[in-house]
Amino acid sequence: MSGMSFILAGMLAAATPFLLAALGELVVERAGVLNLGLEGIMALGAVVAFIVVYHGGGHPAAFAVAALAGCALSLVFGFLALGVRANQVAAGLAVGILGQGLSSLIGNSYESLTVTGLAKWAVPGLADLPVVGGLFVQDIVVWLSLLATAAIWGMFRFSKLGLILRAVGENPQAARAIGYRVIAIRYGAVAFGGAMAGLAGAYASTVYTPLWADGMIAGRGWIALALVVFGTWLTGRIFFGALLFGAVSLASLVAQTEGWAVPSQLLSSLPYIVTIIVLGIITSNKRLLKVNGVASLGEPFGP
Amino acid sequence: MSAPLLSLRGMTKGYGPVKANQAIDLDVAPNSIHAILGENGAGKSTLMKLIYGVEAPDAGEVFWNGAPVHLHSPGEARRLGIGMVFQHFSLFETLTVVENISLIVAGTKATLAARIRELGRDFGLEVDPFAEVHALSVGERQRVEIIRCLMTEPKLLILDEPTSVLPPQAVGLLFETLRRLRDRGVSILFISHKLDEIQAICDRATILRAGRVTGNVDPREHDAHDLARMMIGRDMPPPLHPDPVEPGEVRLELSGLDHAPDDPFGVALQGVSLSLRAGEVLGIAGISGNGQSELSRLISGEVRLSEARRDDVRMLGQGVGHLGPGARRALGFAFVPEERLGRGAVPEMTLSDNSLLTAHGQGMLRRGFIDRVREAEFTAACIRDFDVRTPGPEAEAGALSGGNLQKFIMGREISLRPKVLFVAQPTWGVDVGAAAAIRQRLVAMRNEGVAVLVISEELEELFEVCDRIQVMHKGHLSASLDARTTRAEEIGRLMIGADGVAA
Ligand SMILES: Nc1ncnc2c1ncn2[C@@H]1O[C@H](COP(=O)(O)OP(=O)(O)OP(=O)(O)O)[C@@H](O)[C@H]1O
Ligand SMILES: [Mg+2]
Repeated sequence: MSGMSFILAGMLAAATPFLLAALGELVVERAGVLNLGLEGIMALGAVVAFIVVYHGGGHPAAFAVAALAGCALSLVFGFLALGVRANQVAAGLAVGILGQGLSSLIGNSYESLTVTGLAKWAVPGLADLPVVGGLFVQDIVVWLSLLATAAIWGMFRFSKLGLILRAVGENPQAARAIGYRVIAIRYGAVAFGGAMAGLAGAYASTVYTPLWADGMIAGRGWIALALVVFGTWLTGRIFFGALLFGAVSLASLVAQTEGWAVPSQLLSSLPYIVTIIVLGIITSNKRLLKVNGVASLGEPFGP
Repeated sequence: MSAPLLSLRGMTKGYGPVKANQAIDLDVAPNSIHAILGENGAGKSTLMKLIYGVEAPDAGEVFWNGAPVHLHSPGEARRLGIGMVFQHFSLFETLTVVENISLIVAGTKATLAARIRELGRDFGLEVDPFAEVHALSVGERQRVEIIRCLMTEPKLLILDEPTSVLPPQAVGLLFETLRRLRDRGVSILFISHKLDEIQAICDRATILRAGRVTGNVDPREHDAHDLARMMIGRDMPPPLHPDPVEPGEVRLELSGLDHAPDDPFGVALQGVSLSLRAGEVLGIAGISGNGQSELSRLISGEVRLSEARRDDVRMLGQGVGHLGPGARRALGFAFVPEERLGRGAVPEMTLSDNSLLTAHGQGMLRRGFIDRVREAEFTAACIRDFDVRTPGPEAEAGALSGGNLQKFIMGREISLRPKVLFVAQPTWGVDVGAAAAIRQRLVAMRNEGVAVLVISEELEELFEVCDRIQVMHKGHLSASLDARTTRAEEIGRLMIGADGVAA
């Protein structure tokens, strides 16, 4: 397989954990809440999903359990940030550390075990194309994440729910003044974001690299957070950011296997560098930032 | 009087030590336009928020058509048929007009947009339904608020200072609207500081002072002087009409300034020229949304020009087009923007910290550290000299009533002892007594040799304080007119572009 077709075939799957987590965080941030605990929530989702699959529970159950676990942990954050109005940055970091600790504890006896991933599903016809064919052979979760991306894009663009979330995130006082229950809406967004982060973790540990190793999320939660900001809170940009990140990480693998005379450290840092540069250029448009930014992000709000 | 639509009994609300409302009784009759009058901070907005369910009362009862009701949320108030236009806008800036409206009115965007256009035509409240709110002028935003309210078809409509930013023609149209609404069976609670407006359309007036009801009258039976006395508890100062003084050197100059704003919905300025001398007051009249906010940002430095065009804006003999607000202020420029929350003051910060934002040069910094004592002194002096009603320098700016915050910001900027003072809408939402005091201060500044530039929609105000007036219309600024010899009608014609003038 050539380097190009390798990248095309693998980039969607590589992007999926970032994409799922970032989509969830997008909804949370649009509602004006900053949940920095993504990394720990993903780790918890990853470990519980791995255990379910390992004991023969199957992938659907594993993903469901991961979503529930992510939801539960994010509601701890929700309680701190919304219920008692703690500082959101501190609450998010604390919950993130809690999630990582819990995942090490729960996963302790599963260290380095493996499970089988998911079968791939090919789009008939398109999958046989030369070079790009691999793009159309993906597991079901990838296909569903693409659907989720479209659904969230549509929600923000066309639906009342999307409008309400944006309104609550921009000006919670005004939203309350016209009768919306800001705190309840924010709880909902936080729960959704947690569930998505749980799913992202589950995908990483049971499909993308079907094994459990402590610390295997390896900063993906942080990248997902960065993608939301660099993507200026726009679904399409976050999708492309995730894809770019996936593609560049695979490209650096290709470069390493082909023995390019580039230090491997530089190659491994390439995805981060490219993502920052590309999205940094996009973000330099101040007007876009002003229009798409979330005005009340991270600010405590109470009656 | 027929059985009241809405009755309040003993409504009480305190914010910490401040007793905003104390045992207020109020009856609003059906088919009535009922005024609430009072000084800044008298508790008018607070009472309206209690009726609309935004704030919960500490004590008191509400009766709707004679039946007791509990208003816990705006949603409930709307279900009963109560609508409210807030004094500080409650619009979402990143959403379009129609999106804002769809948050409280059901319907598809297309049908809502059609109704927005229809209401706009009927009531002279025209706005583009698909414009994003952040790109609208203050006056246009208010139109959106009013339309949003009308679309919920209320039986009681609360308007908290709806006219403070409307141009005179639009006020006429709004009153026509309100009368029409009343004739269709809608009662209106109307707050305004403009006594002539209240006499023109209200059939009842309740007067508040310091959180208590001090009068309940038919405003048509009293003259403006009486009403003002009931409101502020003393006689009004007479209008000024200052004598001309010999102006000094040119301190602010724009020569043929063209500017296309970044904002696609903004107004492009074309060939704007003005020249402001020390010791004179120049007024810029015009209906809001004709380029005033673009002009004010260019003069304040919030919008910068390229280095090459630095001389398009000259201040104190120096090209400053490329400088930011801080550099211009360092030269001796001070500015009061029209939006007091967010641009004039940071609502979450205390008054002291808000002073620091522009007055840090007044000895408030020592080797990079904040001198809290100096800061508090400066703030306390502003509060005292400008009669700001607030518990003290540590109060949050956002907790002040609208007019009191305006007085504070004016006071802060005037206390900087600037060489050029630029004020947009100096008395917007300020009560009659305080407005007169602010105008006096502006004239006093001029007499001390300060160059004063005032943007206002209120012609009477401009005639009272200005030496010269220029009129803004569709991004053009008219030639300078002498405020002492020009008639109001002439300016009014220029405001609506009836003379077809450009520059
Ligand atoms: N959220 C709040 N927190 C603390 N104090 C408040 C708050 N809202 C209002 N107040 C205080 O309550 C008093 C009444 O304020 P209110 O806004 O009702 O005045 P107002 O009559 O509407 O004045 P204006 O004409 O200036 O709008 C003021 O002293 C104000 O400082
Ligand atoms: Mg008020």
